[in-house]
Amino acid sequence: MASPTVEPRRPTTGPAHRRGLVGWFDPRGRRLGGLAFILNRLTGLGLVLYLYLHLMILSMLIQGPNAWDDFVDIALSPPFLALDVVLLTGMLFHGLNGIRVGLVGLGVVPNRQKALLVAALVIAALVAFVGALRIFAGEQGG
Amino acid sequence: MTETVTNARTTRLVVSRRKEGDDPGALRYDTFDVAVGPSTTILDALVAIRRELDPTLTFRHSCFHASCGTCGMRVDGREGLACVTPVPTRDEVTVEPLGNLPVVSDLVVDMNVFYDEFDEAGRPLVRADDLIPECAPAEGIDQVERYEDCIECGICLSACPVAGSDPRYVGPAALAAAWRLIDEPRGRDPGPVLSLMDDEQGAWRCHLAWECSEACPSGVDPAAAIMRLRGAAAAARVRRLFSFGGNR
Repeated sequence: MASPTVEPRRPTTGPAHRRGLVGWFDPRGRRLGGLAFILNRLTGLGLVLYLYLHLMILSMLIQGPNAWDDFVDIALSPPFLALDVVLLTGMLFHGLNGIRVGLVGLGVVPNRQKALLVAALVIAALVAFVGALRIFAGEQGG
Repeated sequence: MTETVTNARTTRLVVSRRKEGDDPGALRYDTFDVAVGPSTTILDALVAIRRELDPTLTFRHSCFHASCGTCGMRVDGREGLACVTPVPTRDEVTVEPLGNLPVVSDLVVDMNVFYDEFDEAGRPLVRADDLIPECAPAEGIDQVERYEDCIECGICLSACPVAGSDPRYVGPAALAAAWRLIDEPRGRDPGPVLSLMDDEQGAWRCHLAWECSEACPSGVDPAAAIMRLRGAAAAARVRRLFSFGGNR
């Protein structure tokens, strides 16, 4: 492997319309692949946030059964279940898009990114829909 | 505009104004109301502005038919060649220079850094052994024109979100050029270029936004070239891993 070039190839100071990291999330003028790029980052950040939130919630167990039961009551409320559906949808997109990125990014199917993205979106939407039905059916069934 | 424009409407062009050496915060946008027709391009409108409203407006152009690659800019945030980009049917249109390159003046960017990146790929498509001796360049011409789809407009680099956040990234055009050499070595050893691009700031820095291929006005598809480059680099690594020749 070649030695990494550490010097910037393009100037980092002076007038230039550099988008920077903020530009990663700027949807203006972006096409399908660019929007998938943005969505992948947003869902990734959301999943990281959820991981820490999940660990914080689990720490309630050390406060005893009453604290946990109180939380479970909240967790079974429709607004909280709607958040579960959002989480499921984000997980599905991020995971399926990861498979797409892997297949495309290693040159296995280098020019099928749009077809794979559509497939990922359709599968994610279908599974999320079924998942939402089951989540809310479970809530009604107690 | 003094010219008669069939089915004319008035569109307000909001144009980025900035000069080399300006403070980074000195960016301003000037507005110009221009009469445009259904076939008026952004370049037509800019020429009209410079001719009739503001002779200090700076932009670069040459051929007017999408072959020279000099009039790349961003229209409402999306990259394109001004000479073939129709003025959108909106009341207000924002025109900015290409992103991720230093601004020289208004809509003109310094392309030298872009060309330097291209050089890293060895500018592979016309090589010494391709030249027919009896068709040597005429006196005074140092280098023959390279016949390839890439017009070196810099649009792919501007559209790339990763190039916007990492100035060390080689960029889509140079990587696509590198892939051409590897895919079509014509007797040359592609190993050094593959080794150069098999780097964290080379093919592996791409995050697959695919904006370069979508924005390319010449259908070069740099993103697919980068993916193929990765495939070749990964295969070479696997071969090295399982080789017993000591070349690990």
